[in-house]
Amino acid sequence: MNAFVDPAGMAGHSGLAKGEVLLRVDNVSLSFGGVKAITNISFDILKGEVRAIIGPNGAGKTSMLNVINGFYHPQEGTITWRGQVRRKMKPYEAASQGIARTFQNVALFKGMTTLDNIMTGRGLKMTKNFFWQCLHWGPALNEEIEHRRKVEEIIDFLEIQAIRKTPVGRLPYGLQKRVELARALAMEPELLLLDEPMAGMNLEEKEDMSRFILDVNQQFGTTIALIEHDMGVVMDLSDRVVVLDYGRKIADGPPEEVQSNQDVIDAYLGVPH
Amino acid sequence: MFYREAGQYKTTYAADQQIFPIRQDRIGIAVILVVALLLPLAASEFTLSAIAIPFLVLALATIGLNILTGYAGQLSLGTGAFMGVGAYSCYKLVTIFPEVNVIVHILLSGVFAAAAGVVFGLPSLRIKGLYLAVTTLAAQFFLEWCFIRIPWLYNYNSSGAIEVPGREVFGTLITGPAASGTARYYVVLAIVVVMTLLIKNVIRGRIGRQWMMIRDMDIAAELMGVRPLIAKLSAFAVSSYVCGVAGAMFVFFYLGASEPAVFSITLSFQVLFMAIIGGLGSLVGSFFGAAFIWILPILLRVGLPALGVDVAAETVFQVAQMIIGALIIFFLIVEPHGLARLWAIGKEKLRVWPFPYA
Amino acid sequence: MDMLYNILIDPFAQMAGAPDFLIQVIWEGFVAGVLYALIALGFVLIYKASGVFNFAQGIMVVFAGLSLVGLHEKGVPAWLALILAIGIMAILAVCIEKFVMRPLVGQPDIILLMATIGMTYFLIGLGEVIFGGEPKQMITSELGLPTGSTAFEMGERGLVILQHIDIAAAVIALLMVGGLAVFFNRTRIGRALRAVADDHTAALSVGISLNQIWAIVWFAAGIVALATGIMWGARSDVSFALEIVALKALPVLILGGFTSIPGAIIGGLIIGIGEKVGEIYWGGLVGGGIESWLAYVIALIFLLFRPQGLFGEKIIERI
Repeated sequence: MNAFVDPAGMAGHSGLAKGEVLLRVDNVSLSFGGVKAITNISFDILKGEVRAIIGPNGAGKTSMLNVINGFYHPQEGTITWRGQVRRKMKPYEAASQGIARTFQNVALFKGMTTLDNIMTGRGLKMTKNFFWQCLHWGPALNEEIEHRRKVEEIIDFLEIQAIRKTPVGRLPYGLQKRVELARALAMEPELLLLDEPMAGMNLEEKEDMSRFILDVNQQFGTTIALIEHDMGVVMDLSDRVVVLDYGRKIADGPPEEVQSNQDVIDAYLGVPH
Repeated sequence: MFYREAGQYKTTYAADQQIFPIRQDRIGIAVILVVALLLPLAASEFTLSAIAIPFLVLALATIGLNILTGYAGQLSLGTGAFMGVGAYSCYKLVTIFPEVNVIVHILLSGVFAAAAGVVFGLPSLRIKGLYLAVTTLAAQFFLEWCFIRIPWLYNYNSSGAIEVPGREVFGTLITGPAASGTARYYVVLAIVVVMTLLIKNVIRGRIGRQWMMIRDMDIAAELMGVRPLIAKLSAFAVSSYVCGVAGAMFVFFYLGASEPAVFSITLSFQVLFMAIIGGLGSLVGSFFGAAFIWILPILLRVGLPALGVDVAAETVFQVAQMIIGALIIFFLIVEPHGLARLWAIGKEKLRVWPFPYA
Repeated sequence: MDMLYNILIDPFAQMAGAPDFLIQVIWEGFVAGVLYALIALGFVLIYKASGVFNFAQGIMVVFAGLSLVGLHEKGVPAWLALILAIGIMAILAVCIEKFVMRPLVGQPDIILLMATIGMTYFLIGLGEVIFGGEPKQMITSELGLPTGSTAFEMGERGLVILQHIDIAAAVIALLMVGGLAVFFNRTRIGRALRAVADDHTAALSVGISLNQIWAIVWFAAGIVALATGIMWGARSDVSFALEIVALKALPVLILGGFTSIPGAIIGGLIIGIGEKVGEIYWGGLVGGGIESWLAYVIALIFLLFRPQGLFGEKIIERI
């Protein structure tokens, strides 16, 4: 794996050192009509760590990610991102501030090829205006090629060269998930939110994906927040775990601690599957 | 096997990303352009005026609609009205500034259409899908009403119609009743080819990708940093600009005159059918669709009597309507992505011919 | 200042000054609204039961009306022509189900919408070839529908004239709405129709026969179309111009929601009355003729505040 991004060159990233608080969620509550999805949850994510968010289905994990993304706005509580408090951030603002995301149900752009999908991740960094776009020459062309180069590095990293020009609708599920990860990586995010990246994969695919996630974290220093159901993956990959149940936080700490927490076991933990 | 890519290596990303990466395609398009350039030598005045010119102009209008509906996913039923805005703006510009080159006016008239498009596209932030189509109907009917009720637009002509005055470029008359088909054809060809090229460039770049992101999954697009309002409004603006220019050309180079009934909802549907049959989201499809819908009735009108079937002109039109309607359904069943997809499949099969699969 | 007076005060002054005229205008709007609602009802039926937006509803209205009148012109007695016309709509329904809906099972909505647009074109051409392009007169009295009118005196304040056929149309429309509402909500077939509207393939997997359901639904819509064609034809002629008027049903659907039967009526009335009142009292200010677009602008403004219409289901997006 070649490093595709020089951490020092990540323009726009905060100057936080590893181990400092990158994102903090304080007393966040979210409800839809009468249904309370999230009740009074607080936790933090440190820069450079892999933070797992686990819990039974319906616990509010995806809603939590949506709040971090700015897709939902919590009725109560605040989110502190890079040391600044924010309540009502729009999704595209979150994206431009360095938060990228994959989705539970693959949300690729089905009408485009793999390459185009990953190129969409570079969109935020492209600036040449409409006039140059029309000519597709000079500055616009150079910009396009420069970003193509970066995208090709990600493609090498995730070993998806062969499917570069395939329309993503035709790809098998496991490869689609990998392309989605590539698209998120193309944004060179500071915080990467992964919503069940291993859902529906067999053992070998899970090992591959775990390897990629670890590489992203260790080589590029990307902070990762991960929703996952597979306990083995969670225990092996994550530095710290937060457990949700029925919209409330019931545990928060290193994996071994959480694993032996009686509340967690009562909530849903049986044996890892 | 003559369509093989073997031996054609790309060593730069620029080469990989070009519009026609396969050499045979490049040869093909060159041949088509040469034929298009030489057409007036072989074709009659009638063929040029009644077939080639409107085909090119409507293909451009279809491209405009394709930008909005095919690439950006916003269904629009107001194409006719936006074309009308372009036509009437051009007429006013030509009569207010008669010294300026008419081609400049044609290109400028699209700007007014773009402005109208942006205004009527504003609801697209809140409204999606079929509901948005209804708001484009509001645009269609309101603008149609404006064409009738604002006499300033047609210079207070008592019949409500506009007539195109004769204008010259480089000493050759290109508009008005006396202009020759050849002159008009070359101007239209030039404008359409250049605009198609520019639009192709926009589509394969950042802006085109943003449009497609909005079309495929607008929530994910927003989460990746696309600002929906800017993306949608830019689609409306560019699409309406192209439709406006097409509308101006429709009047100035084809009809020679116009009345408000020309830019009715019937025209909107006609262009929509061209886009659907040709293939939504495809530039080459726009040309296929326009050719199909425009030329089919002419073929019927000429071909049926040749087969010995004697029909009134009206019946030909009605039968053509039936055939088009049936063909739309047929295409949607067999290949919802239209002629463009059939063409692409044909090319893929051609690449591995004579083997059945790669 | 003058303009403000013209827009905000004068129309109401006119309304108060001639209340009989106002009532007449409202009544005309009411009647138009009922007819819009009937067309919208056909849309709602098909949308509610198959998820398809039937763009061809308008032309079905024309086609039904033309069939009825065409048969009568050939010498068929009125009551028989009516039965035959119902039969023609049934055949049409079966053909649509077999040749258009069945091959397109499970396709996205936009494809189905475009298929109905194609159907519209086809039926327009077919209708013109079979029946000719000229407007025809509806056989109102032969069908036993009331003609003539009654005048209501309002003492010294004037005269309001109501056509009997309009009253009949309103009654028939209300009966249809009531019957269809009961059908959808209380019967087994109604439930199956709602299931099909949600998801074709899921409905197939629980054993619902799509073919049967679709044939039934399109037939029902055909009956509604026939009723609409008769009512509308009784007030003005039966012609292909009606097809464009049918597009007015779209703002009605927006107001009332695409899946609500009572919504179709209420939406129709709002649009019908709003359009007429707007044209008569405010239209003069801008040169008249605003009826052609006022309905759409009303719908547009409405959508800005409530994107799902008055009675529609709120669209919840999940990712």
